[in-house]
Amino acid sequence: MTEMSGADMVVQALVDLGVDTVFGYPGGAVLPIYDALFNHPTIKHILVRHEQAATHAAEGYARSTGKPGVVLVTSGPGATNAVTGITDALLDSIPMVVLTGQVPTTLIGTDAFQECDTVGITRHCTKHNYLVMDPDRLGPIMHEAFHIATHGRPGPVVIDIPKNVQVATGTYSVPEFIQHNSYRPQVEPDADAIAEAIDMIAAAERPVFYTGGGVINAGPDASAALRQLVSLTGAPITSTLMGLGAFPSDDPKWLGMLGMHGTYEANMAMNRADLIIAVGARFDDRVTGRLDAFAPEAKKIHIDIDRSSINKIVPVDLAIVGDAGRALDALIATWSDKGHKARDLGEWWRRVDGWRATRCLDFPEKKEPGADIMPQRAVKALFEATRGRDPIITTEVGQHQMWAAQHFGFSAPNRWLTSGGLGTMGYGFPAAVGAQIANPGRLVICIAGEASLQMNIQEMGTVSQYRLPVKIFILNNEWMGMVRQWQELTYESRYSNSYSDSLPDFVKLAEAYGWTGLRIDTLGELEDGIATMIETPGPVIVDCRVAKLANCFPMIPSGAAHTDMILQPNDIVGTMDDEAKALV
Amino acid sequence: MKITTEAGERHVLAITVDNEAGVLAKITGLFTARGYNIESLTVADITADHALSRITIVTSGPPPIIDQIIAQLDRLVPVHKVVDLTDAGEAHVEREIALVKVAGTGDKRIEALRMADVFRAKVVDTTLTSFIFEITGTSDKVDRFIALMRECGLVEVGRTGVVAIARGPEAL
Repeated sequence: MTEMSGADMVVQALVDLGVDTVFGYPGGAVLPIYDALFNHPTIKHILVRHEQAATHAAEGYARSTGKPGVVLVTSGPGATNAVTGITDALLDSIPMVVLTGQVPTTLIGTDAFQECDTVGITRHCTKHNYLVMDPDRLGPIMHEAFHIATHGRPGPVVIDIPKNVQVATGTYSVPEFIQHNSYRPQVEPDADAIAEAIDMIAAAERPVFYTGGGVINAGPDASAALRQLVSLTGAPITSTLMGLGAFPSDDPKWLGMLGMHGTYEANMAMNRADLIIAVGARFDDRVTGRLDAFAPEAKKIHIDIDRSSINKIVPVDLAIVGDAGRALDALIATWSDKGHKARDLGEWWRRVDGWRATRCLDFPEKKEPGADIMPQRAVKALFEATRGRDPIITTEVGQHQMWAAQHFGFSAPNRWLTSGGLGTMGYGFPAAVGAQIANPGRLVICIAGEASLQMNIQEMGTVSQYRLPVKIFILNNEWMGMVRQWQELTYESRYSNSYSDSLPDFVKLAEAYGWTGLRIDTLGELEDGIATMIETPGPVIVDCRVAKLANCFPMIPSGAAHTDMILQPNDIVGTMDDEAKALV
Repeated sequence: MKITTEAGERHVLAITVDNEAGVLAKITGLFTARGYNIESLTVADITADHALSRITIVTSGPPPIIDQIIAQLDRLVPVHKVVDLTDAGEAHVEREIALVKVAGTGDKRIEALRMADVFRAKVVDTTLTSFIFEITGTSDKVDRFIALMRECGLVEVGRTGVVAIARGPEAL
C-alpha cells in the first residue's frame, strides 16, 4: 500500500506484472504516464508511427512469446486508431492490454478536445474494458485486466484513464490473488466427457483431428501433447490458419491446412470422416464451407475453452469445455489408462493417400532462369532457404497469406503470425516489428503483398529507430490479388479498383529509411536474392516481382461444399448465383 | 435473392450482473451485434449493498440461438449467472405492470371501469373525463386488457416489461 500518482501506479503495475515492453504513441491525455515512463530502467517503450501499428506490434509480441502485448495510446484519435488492432486481437484470441488516455473526468461528455467515448467504442471489440474514475482503483484494475486478458480465452482489454486520474494521487495496492467475482472460465475438462471422447476415438474408423489457434494459445506443452495424441491414435491431422505450427508439417500424418484454401486431402478427409476431433478451433466459415454439406458422416467432438464456440455454427456430439492443453493431457492419460492401442486405420489412410495423390498444391510454372517467378515458388524458396534458422513468419492478408500458409512449413508453435479472424491488411509488418522486439536474435520475415504492406508502411521508421533486422519479402504482383481473384470468379473479371496503381519504388523507399532494398525480377535471381536478404544485417525490403495473374488454388468458392474444390485455374466457371455472391 | 429469418420460441432469461456503468450497454449491444431479439428487458439493483443487478430479458429464437444467447451472455466478464426460466425444470412466475390511461365520458367510462374491475385493475388516478388503471399480470393478461380498453377510449399506455422468478424454494 503506497501513496503515488495514478501515472506512477500504471507504471508500477506494469513492472509488478512483469511487462518489459510497451508499444505506443504519446499525446496530450497520456503525458503523465509518458513522464512516468521517462528513462525507465526496465520498461522499454517502442514508439510506433501510427497507433494501429502499436496494437499489431503488441499482437506480434504476444503471439510469438505467449505473453500479453501492452499498448499505450492517447485519447480520441489515439484510441480510435487502435480499434482495428483491438478487434483483430479479439477475433484471434490474442492477449493484449491497451491503456488509453482520456480527457479529465470533469470534461467527459463535453465534446472536449480529443475526447471520444473509448469504452463505448471498444465495448464490443474487447473482452472487457474499464473507465477508471478513481486513482485508488487503478492498481486493482491493472492487475485484473491482465488476469482477464490472459485467462480463459485470451483477448484484448482496454483501460481508459482520464488525465486527472493519472495526475491525482491514491493508494496503489496489489491484489495477492485474483479471483474475479464473476469471470471464472472453466479450464479443467470434465473427466466423464474425456472418457467418452476416448471411447469415440478408439471406435472410429475414419478419425481426423481438426485443430486451431486454441492449441497455440494453450502454450508449447499443448502442441507437444497434440503430437503425442496424434501419434497414439494414428489419425490424420489438419489445422486452421491460426493453428499452423502446433503440429509439424513434415510429419506424414499432417494433411495441411483445411478450408477455403486448404488442401484437397484435408477437406476430403473432413468430408468423409466418421469422427472429427476439434481442438481449439471454432468451425469458422472459411473452414466449413457450405454448412449443410460439412462433414455429413462425422460425429464431432469439440474441445474449446469458450463455451459459446460450441454449437455456434456446427452442432457437435460431444462438447468438452476447457483448456486445450489440459484436455489433450487428459485424453492421453485416459487413452493409456484404458489400455487402448491405435487401431488399424489402413483403409482410411489409403483413401487419404488417394486424395494426396492429386498433389493439389502443385502449380504450373516455367523453369528457365528468365521466367516469371510463380508466387508459390517464391514462398517455397523462402522456406527452403530458412530451414534450420527457425524463422518467425508474419503475413499481411490476401493471396500471399494463403500461399504462405500452403507452402511454408512450420514445425513449432509461435512461429506463424497472421490475421485470421478479422483479416486485417496492414497486420503483418507491425506484427513483425513486435515479434522482432520480443525475439531480438531471431530471423523475422514478413511475407507481404504490395497492397497490404502499404497500409502500415510508415512503420519503416520504427524499424530504423530501433535498428530491428526485420525482413519484408513482398510478393509484388501489382494487384490486390485476392480481390482480383474473386472478381474473376464472381464478376466476369471486371477489375473494379483492384489494381495497385502508382506503387512506390520499394528499393528507393528502403534506402530512404536507411534500409537495404533488393529487387528480384526473374526465377534465376530468386535463390540468390533470398540468400542476400538473409545475410544482410539490418532491415531489408525485397521487392520480389511475381507472375501478375497467378491465383490461389485450391479453393472452395464461397457457398460450396468441401467436395466442390476448384483445384486448378481452368476449373473456374466465371459466374455465381446471388446466394453465393452474398457470401463473403 | 430473398433474405429469410427463422421462426423462434419465446424464452425468459434471468441474468445477474455487476451493478456497474456500462453493463446494460454491454448486454443490449451483444443482442444488437449478434442479431438477437429483445421483446422486453427490465433491470434493477437487487442487493442491499447495490453490488448486483438483475436483468430479465424476454427473447425469441430457435433453440440453438437461445443456447448461443445464453453462452454469449455467460462469457461476459460482469455477468454472474444466466438462467433460462423457460427451460428451467420448475415453472416460473412472470409479472408485468401497465399503467393504462383511458379518456371518455358516459357509457364508455362506465364500461371501462366495469372491465377494469373484472381484470382486477386498480384505479390510481381519475378526473371527470379520465382514469389511469394499474394492472398487474402476465403479458397476455395485460395485452388483453389493453385491447379491450382500445374500445373504451384508450389514450396512453406505459408498461414495465416482464420480471420473472422460478417457482419453488431455491434461489437463482
